Amino acid sequence: MVIIIAFLSGLLMTLGMAVSAMIDPNKVLGFLHIGPNWDPSLALVMAAALAVFAPGYFLSKKRQAPVCEREFHAPTNQQIDRRLLVGAVLFGLGWGLVGYCPGPAIAALTSGSIATITFVACMGLGWFVSRKI
Amino acid sequence: MMENFTPFSALAGGAMIGAGALILWLFLGRIAGISGITQQAFTNAQGRGWRLAFVAGLLCGPLVLTSFWQDFSYATPQLGWQVVVAGLLVGIGTGLGSGCTSGHGICGIGRLSKRSLSATIVFMLAGVLIATAFTQGAATW
Repeated sequence: MVIIIAFLSGLLMTLGMAVSAMIDPNKVLGFLHIGPNWDPSLALVMAAALAVFAPGYFLSKKRQAPVCEREFHAPTNQQIDRRLLVGAVLFGLGWGLVGYCPGPAIAALTSGSIATITFVACMGLGWFVSRKI
Repeated sequence: MMENFTPFSALAGGAMIGAGALILWLFLGRIAGISGITQQAFTNAQGRGWRLAFVAGLLCGPLVLTSFWQDFSYATPQLGWQVVVAGLLVGIGTGLGSGCTSGHGICGIGRLSKRSLSATIVFMLAGVLIATAFTQGAATW
């Protein structure tokens, strides 16, 4: 059950990225590049995702535990520290350079694109490095 | 102006992303942060099963669409130094900042976390800055 739910969650998320075209770095750069052809689509993707997730999240607070597990694992760290902000700057710079954030890059792996595979390999290396810092 | 704007598919796709994140929370009590789940699928033996299943789901979405919907296609970047640098930056950045567009941008803001809201504002600004300065926007590839 847990495995099926996790699979469906990932599946639904990438189907959403595909339907909204966020899997296409062009579409993301159309939002991040401010210019005459600015494309606000990404903002609507986030707004719609929040409109579905946030009410469900707050309704879930009436429950003691999720359906399949003993407890909710909400992040406990609330600190806005240098690690968070430096990380966000570096992530944003990488995101805006090519138009890939982790989800769409992983989703696009099955295209077989050498550039996408290279990006994900470098991202994995970056994750490894971040654990050493 | 705004000839690339696709409001309906953006809203529909966004709702699907939100629904995917919501079922992970309601059923497993987990935040659907793609960078965190993928990393831990390979580094944390505990809970590897559901994390690998989630990543498998991520990989299958576009595969299903390309197999069953002939009109579906999407661009990928051109191989170049940008791809290498961007991959490293996205990896180090989401590793240090404990999250990406899904974990901070959707789940975090959805939970009204100030930490996630701060991260999202910062990575959005950095993204806009570099994309506006260094890319041609939608015409890059």
